[in-house]
Parts: sequence; C-alpha cells; structure tokens
Amino acid sequence: MSSAPNIPPQFEIVDRPLDTQMTISMGPQHPSTHGVLRLELVLDGEMVIKTTPDIGYLHTGMEKLFEYKKYQQGIVITDRMDYLNPLGNNLAYCMAAEKLLGLEIPERAQTIRVLMCELQRIASHLVWLGTHALDIGAMTVFFYCFREREKILNLIEAASGGRLTPSYFRIGGLMMDLPAGFERRCKQFLEAFPAAVDEFHTLLSGNRIFQKRTQGIGRISAEDAIDWGLSGPCLRGSGVNLDIRRANPYCSYENYDFEVPTEPDGDVWARYMVRMREMKESHKISAQALSRLKPGPVKADAPKVVLPDREAMKSHMDALIHHFLIVAEGFDVPAGEVYQPIEASKGELGVYIRSDGGSKPSRVHFRGPSFVNLSALPVMAEGEMVADVVAIIGSLDIVLGEIDR
Amino acid sequence: MGLENVIAEALPEVLTTQLDSLINWARKSSLWPATFGLACCAIEMMNATSSRNDLARFGAEVFRASPRQADVMIVSGRVSRKMAPVLRRIYDQMPEPKWVISMGACATSGGVFDNYAIVQGVDKIVPVDVYIPGCPPRPEMLVHAVMMLQDKVSKESARDRRDVPEEEAREAVPPGTLPVTDGSTARLNTLPESRPYTIASRHERRRSS
Amino acid sequence: MASEPENTEGTPIPSSEAAAPSPLVAALQREHPEWISDVIAAFGEITIVVPREQIVAACSFLKTWPESRFDFLADICGADRGVEEDPRFEVNYHLFSTTKHHRLRLKVVLSEEDTHVSSVTGVWRTANWHERETFDLFGVIFDGHPDLRRILLPEDWQGHALRKDFPLRGYEPYSLT
Repeated sequence: MSSAPNIPPQFEIVDRPLDTQMTISMGPQHPSTHGVLRLELVLDGEMVIKTTPDIGYLHTGMEKLFEYKKYQQGIVITDRMDYLNPLGNNLAYCMAAEKLLGLEIPERAQTIRVLMCELQRIASHLVWLGTHALDIGAMTVFFYCFREREKILNLIEAASGGRLTPSYFRIGGLMMDLPAGFERRCKQFLEAFPAAVDEFHTLLSGNRIFQKRTQGIGRISAEDAIDWGLSGPCLRGSGVNLDIRRANPYCSYENYDFEVPTEPDGDVWARYMVRMREMKESHKISAQALSRLKPGPVKADAPKVVLPDREAMKSHMDALIHHFLIVAEGFDVPAGEVYQPIEASKGELGVYIRSDGGSKPSRVHFRGPSFVNLSALPVMAEGEMVADVVAIIGSLDIVLGEIDR
Repeated sequence: MGLENVIAEALPEVLTTQLDSLINWARKSSLWPATFGLACCAIEMMNATSSRNDLARFGAEVFRASPRQADVMIVSGRVSRKMAPVLRRIYDQMPEPKWVISMGACATSGGVFDNYAIVQGVDKIVPVDVYIPGCPPRPEMLVHAVMMLQDKVSKESARDRRDVPEEEAREAVPPGTLPVTDGSTARLNTLPESRPYTIASRHERRRSS
Repeated sequence: MASEPENTEGTPIPSSEAAAPSPLVAALQREHPEWISDVIAAFGEITIVVPREQIVAACSFLKTWPESRFDFLADICGADRGVEEDPRFEVNYHLFSTTKHHRLRLKVVLSEEDTHVSSVTGVWRTANWHERETFDLFGVIFDGHPDLRRILLPEDWQGHALRKDFPLRGYEPYSLT
C-alpha cells in the first residue's frame, strides 16, 4: 500500500501470514451437507488446504440385510438406498436378479420401466437443483422445484402406491400395470414441463451472482475424473461422453432417440448445465416411451418366479400354489455372480449379486455413484474457499443413503 | 426462560393457569424446528415445508440450522450407531423448552432395519413427544404430528420446563470428543469412555405428559 | 460388447475345456498366461481368477494394453463365501473401458489365515475408498494402501460386519436409557 492509513501508534500492522492452520469439522449436522456427511477441513484463513470426508453416519447395514432376505423382499430395501432415485435402485437390483435367472421381460414392462425411470431422473434432478440453489442462496428455486416434483410424485404414487419408496418393479416385470388415467395425467405433466425448466433457467442461469459462485469452482480434468471413478453428470461435466444407456444399453434404451449432454469445463457450472440439459433429455425419452405404450403383459412368463395376477390366483389351483411357494419359500436362483450397471441419476449404479443357488443371495453389493463421486471431493475442493466447498458438494449431487448403505 | 425458574422457585404453590395458557399459546404457535434430516424422511420433511403442504402456516416458520435457536427437533430418518452420540449432543445443545418428534418408522423403532447398525428407536437416546409411523410418512402426517405437538404443548405447565443448570450442562458434554480421523489434530488419549455420555435432562424426569 | 461370449447359460466354463471364451481372454492368455488361473464365462460376463501376487501387474497391464484399455475401475467388491469354505474370501475388481465399453471382472481368492493383497491405488486412484470399504466390512488387508482405516463403521468398532459369522443384530443394542 502506497499511502499508509492513519493507524494510532499503539497498533501495528501485521503483514505476515498466519503459520497455524485450523481444522474444523463441518457436519454431520449441517444444512448444506445434503445429509449426514462430516468434512474435516484444514483451513488457512478462508482457503481450504485439505479436506477429508468422514462418512458412515448413515450406515444401515443394508448389504448384510440382503443376505437374510429372499430376492423379492430385497426390493423394498433398495428403495431406501438412494432415496431420491428409488426406482433406479429397484431397476438395477431387479435387472441383476433377472440376469441370473435368465428372464425375458415383455416389451410393455420395459417401456414402462423406461418411462418411470426417466420420470424419477427428472424428480431427482429437481431435488438436486432445489437444494443446490438453496445452499448457494437462491431460496425461491427450492419451492419451484418441489412444486414440479409434487406432480411427478403424484404420478409415481398413482402407479405404485408410494411417493418416495415405490418398490414398483419386481423380478420379472412390474408390480402391476399402470392405472387408468395415468397416461392422460402423464401427458399433461410432460406438456407443461419444458416451460418449467425454462423458468428455472430464467431464475438462475443468467444471474451474475450464481455464475460467479459456480464458474471456475471445483474443477476436475477428464483424466482425473476417470481415474477417480466419477460417472454420470460429474463425468460428463468434464467433457467425457460416457452414458451407460449408450455404452451398455439395457431395457431397450438403444431404441430411444436422445442426446448425451456434455460440457468441457469440469467446474460446478458445467455440472449444473449438464443436469439442466439432462432434464430436457429425460423429458424427451419419457414422451417417446409414453407414445410407444402398447397393450401387453407386464410380467415375464415364469410362473415359479413371478407372482400370478390376483384373479388367476383366486380361480386356478396351480396359480395359488405358485403364489404360496413364491411368497413363503422364494425361488431358487442359479449359482453364479453378475454385475449389472445402470445409469442412475447420479452416475453408474452397479449391483453385484453373488448367488449360491438358494432363495437368498450370498452377497449383494451396490456400487453407489455418490460414494465414488464424493471420494473426488478432496481433489476438487483443494484451494477453494469454504463457501465454494458448499457449492461443490451441491454440484456432486450426493445422497448419503447411497454412500453409507 | 428465566420466568419459569422464578415461578418454580419463588412461588411453588401458586397455580399459574392464565400465565400458562399465554406462554403455551406463544410457544405452540412458533415451534421452530432444528434441521435434523437424516435420510428419506428428510425429503418428506422438505416436502412438508414446500408449497403444497406448507408447514410454515402452523408456526414452523424457519428451520434453524443451529440447535441453540430451535424449539423442536424432528428426527427424520434412521439413526445409525455412529450418529447416535451426535444426535444426543444436538439435543443437549437445544435450550429448554424443547420437544422431539420422531418421524418415520426408523426413528420410532428401527423400522425395516433390525440389525447391528441402526439404533432401534430414537427414544433410546432422547425423550420423544410425538411418534409418526410410516415409511416415509406423508407430509400431511408430519403436519398432523405438529398439530398434535401443539395440543401437547398447550396442556403443559410453564414450571415444568426449567433449564438445566449451567455447570451440569457444561460437564455433561465433554468438548473435543468428536472422532478425529486423520491425525491432523492431537489425539486425546484420555477419552472418558467409562463415563456415561450425558445426563438426563430435567424434563425427562417430570411426571406430566 | 466386444468380449461377450456366445454361451450365455448358467454353467461356468473352465479354461481347459473351452477353446477361447472371448478374443480378449485369448489374447491375454497368449501374452501373460501366468496371470490367469481360471476363467469363468457365465451370464454374459467374463471373470478371470488372478493369483494374489499378480493382481497389481495384471491391473496396470490391462489399464494401458491397447486391446483392453480398462481405464475405469467401476468397483472393488469383497465377498465371504462362508465360514466353512476354503478359500474363504474373494475380492472382485470390476473393470470398464470408457472407450471400448467392455467390462471384465478380476477375482482374487484369499484364505482365512492370510487376507493380505496388494493395493491397486497406484493404478486407479478410485480404489482408495473401495479398498477401505472392503477392509472395513471384511477385514481384507490391502498392502500399500495410503490410508487403510474404517470408512463406514465407527472407528472403534470391533469385528468386521459383513463376515458370515458376524450376527445380523450385532452383539449388543445401543441404548442410553
């Protein structure tokens, strides 16, 4: 400073950096950590030197619970894992079991699975947007997003009975067919949705404060992202064009016309733009799926695995016997192991099931995308300020239920 | 609040019905929750505060992040064994009067998860005033629970809710006992593990409900 | 997927019987046969059982080999076959290639007395947390891991929760009352 300020003589200006660093604990009860996450931040003033995530505050022992439950009972547990994308968890688990059993899923069931999964992806991204914007300071967006989300939850509740924990898919197809009037209401929602996404853009994307808080923050390069195992929008935000729906297609995703949005920068803003564009792409896929619905069965033709319809169970003896055996004893799954990856809303959700030939699995493991995405947080947050850590956590879109299982 | 201490100590024999109804009306109309969303029920709690089921109409205007400024702790979600001491500590940091709503099956009784990792019911850690069943409960059920809590608050007496004296509270929660995991600060070798983690809050021992 | 075998039935094919379950495995067999102690091709997936000492060499080779390019480690998953089984533990490495879009599983089997295996954090940095989780839940010790400590269970937990001899409900309930 050229002109010294007028400081009274008893004070002196100290112009050397502090040589002590401060370790603070952010969480586990914290409004911006999106769940019970604890971060140990080593700070030099406001700047983060090192951060270490401490997880396990929501560890539920789900993987051990699976070993004590029959395969169809495990579907209920998968809902509670990534609780913002429960239909995705259901789908991954059911598909892994179907791979072991070698079941052929009918076309209507696959189309409805795609429709529900894409609706669920939109709902998950809406929660991400609402909470991310809330952490950065834009509270209005939270209410707008949850208003849209209520419509999707009503649709999912109409189909399955549960808003947040639907357990709609079964091993071999669906729980039951879509109710009457579902297609009309779904079409109504899908027609109004793109206007809502544009509304979110007017609220956030042009806002200079939001741009300054997200552009250039939390960069990760493409090579680092692949090395750290990032997947989903976090990877696509770094410029890597990888989507499991295109790379290892499942549920006839290869028949749908959609783009995979990528952004080259690798910062919080890039991940934000990828997810906003993904909402529009999911909307496109849902509209295509809805238009392709044709009448047909929704359960595979495997009487020893799939529960019969209630009317058949009440009138036919063999259906009754099958129903009883499936519910009471379960069905035997051939010995072996499978790993089934799907593109969940957060990234590559992989289910590893190892079967010893009985009606209960020997080992079920969920590769949660948030678990791996969070492990890259120290890389992204080094050198950023504390307030930026909040923005970075928001952009990773973590769900602690999936991380801790 | 200082008023209860004064009333309870100076005028133990005096019935305070009019004062009680005034104080209780003020308390129940502005129950500010502490953010304690743990798992899936937290999302339904967020749904209860958003525009369709607006919890703010019932007085729960803001969710305070700091427990020192909160009245009610809505435990929404499953409490794992690693989280349990943190839950107790947050509860202790809340000043009187405080209430606890246990939201969802996991907080009430462990829910679906009867295993090594989950505490089977948050009432093993903190005293609970209202239990909400459901997995997850609908937002309307949370609104109903808040209304039930308001009924409960209106039946209380102001003298039952005295603060825990300062020395007791300070002694109960030893500072610096959150686990430090990467050795960046000095490890305390003298963690008081044999002591009970905390003392029972005064209103846990009162007989009214 | 380029490396999908024709046989998708549920029976595993030992490498001695099948001619070449997939071109990738056949090429690997030509290059480094000492890394392949068994090949299982079932349910549309290929599993290579790798001897414990060779796992780091195999992984770093597979990451850069132009035939495979497995630059993405999707998952490391431990499993306990059962208290009576020998070898008891297995560690599965799920590899994925972001360019070729094919997948492979490498398996290392460990007996109960000696649960050490070298860490692959030098090959893919994402293995860090996966190996910590496998150590936490099974007790498999990864030599060379920069920071091997518990990640999901509390720091002072005794035992390894996902082993088959650990009871589902644990040893004592948690209660402050």
